[in-house]
Amino acid sequence: MNQIIQIAKRELAGFFDSLMGYVLIIMFLGFSGFFTWIYGDDIFFIGEANLNIFFKVAYWSLFFFIPSLTMRSLTGELRGGTLELLLTKPISYWQLILGKFVSTFILISMALAPSIIYYISLWSIGSVDHPAIILGYIGLLLMSMSYIALGLFCSSISDSPIIALLSTLFIGIFFHQIFETVASSSLGLTGSVFSSLSMSTHFESISRGIFDLQDFIFFLSMIIFGLYASKEILVSRNLKA
Amino acid sequence: MLNVYAEGNFLFLFKSFVLFMDIVVEHLTKRYGPQKAVDNISFKVKAGEVLGFLGPNGAGKTTTMKALACFILPEEGDIKIGGYSIREHPEIIKKHIGYLPENNPLYQDMNIIDFLEFIAKIHEIPKHLIQERLLDMVKVCGLEGEKHKLIRELSKGYQQRVGLAQALIHDPDVLILDEPTTGLDPNQIVEIRELIKRIGKEKTVILSSHILAEVEATCDRILIINNGRVVVDGTAEEMRKQAQGNEIIRLGVAGGDINDIFEKIMEIDSVETVDFLDFECQILEVQSYAKMSSVKVIFDTCVANNYYITELTPIETKLEDIFRELTTH
Repeated sequence: MNQIIQIAKRELAGFFDSLMGYVLIIMFLGFSGFFTWIYGDDIFFIGEANLNIFFKVAYWSLFFFIPSLTMRSLTGELRGGTLELLLTKPISYWQLILGKFVSTFILISMALAPSIIYYISLWSIGSVDHPAIILGYIGLLLMSMSYIALGLFCSSISDSPIIALLSTLFIGIFFHQIFETVASSSLGLTGSVFSSLSMSTHFESISRGIFDLQDFIFFLSMIIFGLYASKEILVSRNLKA
Repeated sequence: MLNVYAEGNFLFLFKSFVLFMDIVVEHLTKRYGPQKAVDNISFKVKAGEVLGFLGPNGAGKTTTMKALACFILPEEGDIKIGGYSIREHPEIIKKHIGYLPENNPLYQDMNIIDFLEFIAKIHEIPKHLIQERLLDMVKVCGLEGEKHKLIRELSKGYQQRVGLAQALIHDPDVLILDEPTTGLDPNQIVEIRELIKRIGKEKTVILSSHILAEVEATCDRILIINNGRVVVDGTAEEMRKQAQGNEIIRLGVAGGDINDIFEKIMEIDSVETVDFLDFECQILEVQSYAKMSSVKVIFDTCVANNYYITELTPIETKLEDIFRELTTH
């Protein structure tokens, strides 16, 4: 546990030293604030006290922000050779990967945290569907975790951050949008298979305030699969090299 | 959490009383594709010994060291450090070794103190001892003037010191150093050698190098490997004796025609070959047959022919020659 904390702490400090952390938080709040309160179908326009617009904006902006955070997490260690430094210390593969995972997750949570102000302001305006908003946040966090796991997996396959970024986005877009599109245009079993693979199906179901075990199983399996695959790839790299 | 720290504390305080750890490498084999980087290597390092690991580039030194540090797993064979196998208890071994990898990878965007503190915490050095250890390391490795600099701002020599400091910070029983003096200037090389010697008094050290003088200066024992196999295992003295089977002397003779002298010396029974080293100054290199000495006969021959000897020096076989001889076949 100590090792995970130390790795996560170092990583998090790195995010802020390189300004990446600040840029991300400011951009995320700027984007989501702009679309939620000011632009287009904003919160005042729809006449309902919910944060659906915020969740929609967050759903897409996190999709792009997370790969840009994870693209360096393992590639950096591979490229700089520091993987060797870490793994010859009393650190296991799992501790390393979980440390990376936790640090990125904390940063995303830090970006999401100030948006609670939106919730509070909304609360002061009208009666809010509290469970929907709370589950919406949980949905965002679960989605972030899934994409962080995916991003870590992609950053373990090569030592190039660009390849990690692009492959995360490429694989991610299938879950994020394409499966949904395919599902909506096909019927029967294919339709339901793609629909159950789609991130947006599960995210929407959660952010509508419906607690469904199926959604949690989806997110959980994606997280576990991503982390497990990155660990296995790191192990096999070391068996070869 | 408390428990972990308590255990860490215990380990840290009492480690100095635990006996030194020895290293046993048994039939280690590691392939990269069809090529064997390390081919059935076996050797032992006694606790408290400083072992120099020599070999030309690509001989398998780094692979062996990576396996020792539990970074790669060999296909066959095993390594036991202090009785723990790298296959079964890498987590225990990793606590007791300090490892300086070949290219000295460091987090370039951290400053020295933060970096060393990170490593110290990874090793679970108890909190109240960390500051003391940090200052100790900074002092021992001569980093005092630089300690708040970012690692990427340091020269290669200083980065190497940081690498050593991170390997030493938890006071390991076994130290594995892969080419610790590359990239250092001559003064720094001497300093690092001194440091290794000092450390070697109380720890088991394996260091690799392709500089012979370095290994000779710092190590109790030398292991030469080539093409993944052990070619020589012994002390520098033993190696010299082994290679010194044939007496070679540098001989200067005057008082006659050089060609006559050459022939007269060739006629001596114990002489195997004679070469001209310097035709003008009449200097020859005389090699005798194994276990024979020609010095006295040469002297007598010269006296009998009215020549006189201007120079007679036994040529000591240099470690370089032994190294070259053993690793070029």
